[in-house]
Formats: sequence, structure tokens, C-alpha cells
Amino acid sequence: MITLDNATKRYGPITVVDGVSATIPRGGVTSIIGPNGAGKSTLLSMMSRLLPLDAGTVHVDGLDVSTTSGQTLARTLSILRQENQLTVRLSVRDLVGFGRFPHNGGRPTVVDREHIERALEYLDMTELADRFVDELSGGQRQRAFIAMVLAQDTDFILLDEPLNNLDMKHSVDMMRLLRRLVDDLGKTVVLVIHDINFASCYSDTIIAMRDGALIHQGTAEEIMTPEVLRDVYDVDIQVELIRGNRIGVYFA
Amino acid sequence: MFRSKQPAQQHGSVRPPALWLAAGAVLLLALISLFVGVSDVSPADLLAGDAEVWQTFLVSRIPRTLAVILAGVALSIAGFILQLMARNRFVEPSTVGTVESATAGILVATLLLPAVPIVGKMVVAALFAMAGTALFLVVLRRIPLRNTLIVPLVGIMLGGVISAVTTFFAYRFDLLQTLNTWMIGDFSGVIRGRYELLWIVAALAVVGYICADRFTVAGMGEEFTTNLGLNYRRTMNLGLVLVSLISAVVVVVVGSIPFLGLIVPNLVSLLIGDNVRRAVPWIAVFGAGFVLLCDILGRVIRLPYEVPVGVIVSVVGSALFITLLVRRTAGAR
Repeated sequence: MITLDNATKRYGPITVVDGVSATIPRGGVTSIIGPNGAGKSTLLSMMSRLLPLDAGTVHVDGLDVSTTSGQTLARTLSILRQENQLTVRLSVRDLVGFGRFPHNGGRPTVVDREHIERALEYLDMTELADRFVDELSGGQRQRAFIAMVLAQDTDFILLDEPLNNLDMKHSVDMMRLLRRLVDDLGKTVVLVIHDINFASCYSDTIIAMRDGALIHQGTAEEIMTPEVLRDVYDVDIQVELIRGNRIGVYFA
Repeated sequence: MFRSKQPAQQHGSVRPPALWLAAGAVLLLALISLFVGVSDVSPADLLAGDAEVWQTFLVSRIPRTLAVILAGVALSIAGFILQLMARNRFVEPSTVGTVESATAGILVATLLLPAVPIVGKMVVAALFAMAGTALFLVVLRRIPLRNTLIVPLVGIMLGGVISAVTTFFAYRFDLLQTLNTWMIGDFSGVIRGRYELLWIVAALAVVGYICADRFTVAGMGEEFTTNLGLNYRRTMNLGLVLVSLISAVVVVVVGSIPFLGLIVPNLVSLLIGDNVRRAVPWIAVFGAGFVLLCDILGRVIRLPYEVPVGVIVSVVGSALFITLLVRRTAGAR
């Protein structure tokens, strides 16, 4: 469970995240949606101690992210941001191996190797394990980083716009994968996502933000209504029920 | 769901035996280095127990060869650490202002504290080197364009400014000659009793090896580092201290050997990638071998005179540097 209590972030006079209080249940996919500049990524960064809080608290699995040691947190939650440029030439297996860092401090054991191979296998990356990461396609690279996070073996996995730069096929693959992490492995996945329809189809909980505030939280059924979406995006969005999923139509 | 179409490609297929082979080659070079020089020292004379020959061997040849190896290993590893920290393949202590700052430090120590022993000068040089390197990293943080070419250019400019100031004061105080001995690396002055400080860099290089994967993690960015539970600031500071101390000690003892920390890690990176556990031993072996070769060349090219190793490394190094720059920037990014 992730508990946010009055989480606030300010940059000078501007309040980017304004006293957000929420509870994200253990297990399940939670999507954070909202227009640009709503503070979604900032909130995610605060949850994962990448950004210090100016006020309020965040607890992940009962651990206060502001005071718990980095290593303990690194075994509890992992965060993957978008800017993952590698300047070093690492093989996929080496990159995934870094996921074990919080567990072994850089001295891999047999158990670590098993974790690495299992993560590679789970993402169908075994064949690519000896390739250099900078030689992979965008989708493959994304999977390599997810494999690293998987090897990190944390209960909570936080992802900032994991569908960025992925085409339709790879986006669907990614969301199915996140679903499997939750359904098969019991992980808790929290992601920032722009596409409301992906959020609708794959999330157990949706959190909607606007102007730094959390304005709605609920199931896809509760959030995917023209009224709520209008409230969030200021756009008239029709919601259709297609094969049991609520799909927002906003293209015209 | 996810399917990989490309066949698995084997990378890093260079196995430990190759490393031992390379280490053997370096050992051979070290042996040659022991018997090359103006005064004749041959294995036969040594076996014959010629006292004078033994004297030369113990006082000059062994210290010199050890100094070459130590400096080569340490500078190469320092370059690698700096490259990981700056997230750029084209930086090394002599292109980011570290060496220039260390030289400035020695000049300041010579001017203001002339009575201080060499260890004291080394400490001052190390402090200056740290300040200079830190300044570079700070400037780097403020540059929005982290272009592959901009980063080393910024470093070279910074080094140029520091070096200009140093030269000015050296000129005013009639110390240009002395300054040159630090600016151009040269092993000819190395004799027993005047190189032992270099063992410090050996120890520092070992620390660098032990912590190398922390620098790899730090090189992937603050957020990446934090996610893995490492303290980013502390890791960067450790790297800064290691690189500065190594550079300062080498400058004080033998003078600057430019490009070394750049060429060696890049060559190794092309050959076996950047897995630090694998790469660092290779960098150490390559570094030692490269400087040994250049030092031997410098001694035989125009016998009985010596060309300083700094000059040889600069010539070979700048050629290799440009080749690498063109190849790397044309390749990816």
C-alpha cells in the first residue's frame, strides 16, 4: 500500500503538487492520468523519493520515503523514468544485473544470477541478453529496462510514461506485461500514462490530476465518464462501451 | 507476445586467457624496458654480478619500469572513471582541467611554500585538481546541450584558461622551465627514492576497481542511481577524489601524460564493452602496455637522447583520439 498524506511540491512560488492525499492499494495497476503540467510525473517522483517533499509524507509499505535508507527503499520500490540514455556500452544481461545492486552491492551471487536469468526469460530477452543495449530497438530497450526492474524484485514498480516512443503493438505488449506482473507475480504497478484508453483497459484504479491536485480516484468505470473526463481535461469526450471496455472518443 | 527476430549475437567473447596473454605481453615489455637505456645493462652482466651494472639496474631501471607501469595503470583507470561520471567518452583528466589545475597547484606550492616537502606539494596539487574537476562537473551540469563534442570542448577550454593563468605566473616568477617538467611527462628523472609516491596511485586504482560499478551506476544518472539505493552525491564525490588524487600524484612525480586516460578506455570499450568487472583489468593491462611501449620508443628513437614519454603519447594519442572521435560520432548518436 502506498499512502500519500498532504504531499506537496513547490518550485519557488509555483505549487506543482498541491497537498495530495491518497491511498494506492497493494496489488493491481494504478494509472495516473491528467493533462500536461498536472503534476503527474512530479507526484510519481515524490512517491519514489527521486524528489524531496516540501510538505506532507509518503509511505510505501509502511516505510516513510523521506527517512528510510536508500538501500531498503530500493528493495521495496523501483522507479523507471523515461530518460534512460546509456553512454556506457552495456550488454542487456549486465544492465539487468544492475537490478540486483540493492541486494548484493555489486557482488553477484548464484541467487542473483538466477534472478537475472528469470527476469530475462520473463521478458523474452534471453536471446538478446548478450547484445549491447545501444544496439537494440526502442521497444527492446524498454523491455531491457523493465527486465532490470524485475530483477530488482520489488513489490512496488513505478513507471513514468512507459508507453512513450512505443508503437501500438509495443504499447499493447507493454500494458499486457504490466498486467501479468500484477496478476501472476502479485506486484503493485503505478504508472503515469497519457492515453486514457490504455488506462481504462488495463487499470484497477485510476487517479486523475489537474493543476497539482488529485481531483478524482476510482475504478475505470467510475472515471471513464464524460463528466469526470471533462472535469479533468476540459474536453468533451464521448465514452463508448466496446467489448466490455470503456473507450473515450476524443479525436473529432 | 514479444518476439526477437535477430539471432543472438555473441559479444564480449574475449575470455580470461586472452587477458593473461595480454598481461604476459606487458610483462615482456617490462623486461625489455629494464634493459633499454643509455648505459648498457644486459642480463649477462647482471648474472656476472657486475656491481656497477647492478647499481644502475636497482637504482634506475627497476624504479623507472615500475613507475611507468603504475602511472599507466592508474591514469587509464582514472580516465575511465571520469568518463563514467561525465557520461562522455571523450573526457580524461587532461581534457577537463584536472591536470592543469594540479599543475597550478604545484606552482602555487612552489611559490608560496618553497620549503614544503614533495608530499606537501602533492597535497596542494591534489586539492587544486579536485577544485578544477569539480568546477568542470558543475559547468557541465549547467550546459543544456550535452552534446558528445561539446562536453570535451568545454573541458579543454576550461583547462586552457587555467593553464594560461598558470603560465602567466610562471613567466612572471621565472619558473617556466620548472613548469615544463610537470607539463610534459618524463620518466628519465625517475630513480629510487623519487617515485615511491606512485604506490599511492596503485592503491587508489584498486579502490577505483572495487567501486567501479558504482561509477557505472552513477554514470546512468541521478534518478537511476537513486532507484538502485545508491547515494548519488557521495558516489560522485568519491570518483572526484580518486581521479584528482591520481592525476595530482602522477603530475607531481612524472608530469602530465595526456590522452592516455582517453585512448585506453575507448579501445577497451570497443573491444569488450563497458562491463566494469571485465573492462577494468583490461584497461589496467592496456594502460601499462601502452605507456611502456611509448617510453621504450622514446628511449630508442634518438639514442643517446631521450624523447619525453609525454611527447610520444601526445603524438600517438592525438592521432588515435581523432580517429576515435570520427568513428564514434559517425557511428551512433
